[in-house]
Amino acid sequence: MNVRSQISMVFHLDKCIGCHTCSIACKNIWTDRRGTEYMWWNNVETKPGTGFPTQWENQEKYRGGWEKKNGSINLRSTSKARTVTDIFHNPSMPGMDDYYEPWTYKYDELFNAPEGPDQPTAKPVSMVTGEYINLEAGPNWDDDLGGSKIYAENDPNLKGLTAEQRMQLSAIERLVFFYFPRICNHCLNPSCVAACPSGALYKRGEDGIVLIDQKRCRGWRSCVAACPYKKTFYNWTTGKSEKCILCFPRLETGQAPACFHSCVGRIRYLGVLLYDADRLEGVAKSPDEELIDAHRSMILNPNDPAVIAAALENGVHESVIVSAQKSPVYRFVKEWKIALPPHIEYRTLPMLFYVPPMSPVMAEKNDDTVGSVSDDFFHDIEQARVPLQFLANLFGAGHQGKVVYALKKQKAVRTYRRAVTVGDIDIKLAEKMLLEADCTVEQAEAIYQLTSLCTFDDRFVIPPMHREEAIEMMKDPHEHRSSVGFGFVEAPERGL
Amino acid sequence: MTGPGPFFLDEIFFVVMPYLAFIIFLLVSIRRYLTQSFTFSSLSSQFLENRQHFWGLVPFHYGIIAIVTGHIIGFLIPREVLAWNSQPLRLYVLEVSAFVFGLLTLVGLVSVIVRRFTVSKIRMVTSTADWILFGIFVVQILSGLYVAAFHGWGSSWFAAVATPYLWSLLTLSPDIAYVTAMPWMVKLHIVCAYVMIAFFPFTRLVHALVVPNPYLWRKTQVVRWYGIRRFASGRPGADRKM
Ligand code: SF4
Repeated sequence: MNVRSQISMVFHLDKCIGCHTCSIACKNIWTDRRGTEYMWWNNVETKPGTGFPTQWENQEKYRGGWEKKNGSINLRSTSKARTVTDIFHNPSMPGMDDYYEPWTYKYDELFNAPEGPDQPTAKPVSMVTGEYINLEAGPNWDDDLGGSKIYAENDPNLKGLTAEQRMQLSAIERLVFFYFPRICNHCLNPSCVAACPSGALYKRGEDGIVLIDQKRCRGWRSCVAACPYKKTFYNWTTGKSEKCILCFPRLETGQAPACFHSCVGRIRYLGVLLYDADRLEGVAKSPDEELIDAHRSMILNPNDPAVIAAALENGVHESVIVSAQKSPVYRFVKEWKIALPPHIEYRTLPMLFYVPPMSPVMAEKNDDTVGSVSDDFFHDIEQARVPLQFLANLFGAGHQGKVVYALKKQKAVRTYRRAVTVGDIDIKLAEKMLLEADCTVEQAEAIYQLTSLCTFDDRFVIPPMHREEAIEMMKDPHEHRSSVGFGFVEAPERGL
Repeated sequence: MTGPGPFFLDEIFFVVMPYLAFIIFLLVSIRRYLTQSFTFSSLSSQFLENRQHFWGLVPFHYGIIAIVTGHIIGFLIPREVLAWNSQPLRLYVLEVSAFVFGLLTLVGLVSVIVRRFTVSKIRMVTSTADWILFGIFVVQILSGLYVAAFHGWGSSWFAAVATPYLWSLLTLSPDIAYVTAMPWMVKLHIVCAYVMIAFFPFTRLVHALVVPNPYLWRKTQVVRWYGIRRFASGRPGADRKM
């Protein structure tokens, strides 16, 4: 057993209100520089929709992630040999048009406009060239199903849905969507790291954060093509790629990442997972339908004495193990099994998990009363407005089982809590439902607690990072004080 | 010609310049790598324009790599090159393919320049140094093609004439008798090469110095540990990579 710790995340999609506060918090801190205007390390997509960059899930087009062939897994976008031949022109590289051309407005034209019969307007100008541009796309052009005919109807996750199901998705009065906030998944088997010819990308040993060494990056752009989630971005000014850093400077000082901290819907959870790194290769090669189970089985129980001993032996600090024992992510993913990895079929083993959304509330109108429970407790999950297969394509590698399980449990918890607080449902019935959903009363209470009444400290269990000790071991801290902690001695400016 | 004038110029062009160029190349490259490693990048503009990029960058790089490799081979193993060329057919094959690679480079370069001129986004990421570099490349490639076309069998006389000259420079006993007798286009080609070498470390060309060779044999995943890992047993943490 090779125990490592990983900072992991859960996004509870049932709680996301699509306010984009997270995206703005991130942008204001990290990507407001020239060359990064178009990047959204955190973005919020409407599903069904084509996302950012457009159709990023279409790997026929973008060729991201791993591909399983004859028992081994290979990068779809590149290989060692192809790196040599493709380095001058990366055939799988998305261009700016796949994202959007960033723009601002000529606000001074509002003030300087000569007097006239019309209202002055501020025309949009490109932030790349400074020229006037026609706005044709933006990072969330399809927000709340805007332009469904172009966007929502071309969502790659509609694969396998019947024509009727597709039609229902956008039918009047049945129209439905949910939000899908995305950041880098800080994967266990990151394809961006594997593809980098310079070895500039790496996973931090202590906490699993995936970073790009800005001094080693040479702008070969392989990571951009290789990441199936399109969460590495090319900075066209500096000629370096950049990505979500999980706000590690904040984490190291005990603060939640900006997007977590600012999340209005409180949908975000962060905590440590311990995992067995020796099993990585085997798990990444599992057959599609076993991937979720295999991935889960890699995650170790932080209360198991054998795991604790192995973790200590491997250099995981005691305080990190204590933190892992309190991890909300462990409960969602491993104990309750209601958080699922996005697109696990890309085989990068993402460490950001999603609780699949329940909304809209499923109810039936009988005469004048609205009831939500029939004899078959869960029949409405199958008949939900968001077709199961759609969610299965997103969170189950195309298989519905795990998604149904997560939805059933959520539904049962809801019914149970309604029986407790409102009392219009027979508690016996609710308990029977819990039983059927593989959930005890205690578990239901715990899920309810962590979902609805969670405090800041419940949601973010940030381990002490011990970077200060690590520095002390290498250097006298007094000496270190005068040097730059992270970042640059030279300004990160584009070369000639 | 009479008087010391031309002789003096030859000394400057073929003795002083090469040494100067190499010293500049070495010192500036090393200094830049040590103090400004952030600026070592391909500065790719593929992200801003994806189609013309292919038609410019691919022929240019394949062409220039083949041509530079050819020059290096002629420099390193002149005898073998001459032996190869002793049969006319083999000589033709070598000459024609060298010329074709030269043309490929030119075609690539022209489309790169056209792209830089016409695509407004690309103009935003084009520096003065880039334009100077393009100028040097144009002179270098055109003079090279001219020499190949009009001063035939260059692959042979390069090995017989230029190589001894370059070796004489390398062994610090410069002997320019070999080159002074050359046609002026050949001289231009040589001098332009020195200009390029001297200018090299100031430009985006430095990306050629950091081509990613470790990739071919490194492990797939990279893990970095901060400082020294502490194991409960006191075992030192040696494994920096996975
Ligand atoms: S801030 Fe939270 S609730 Fe708002 S869009 Fe982002 S994830 Fe959703």
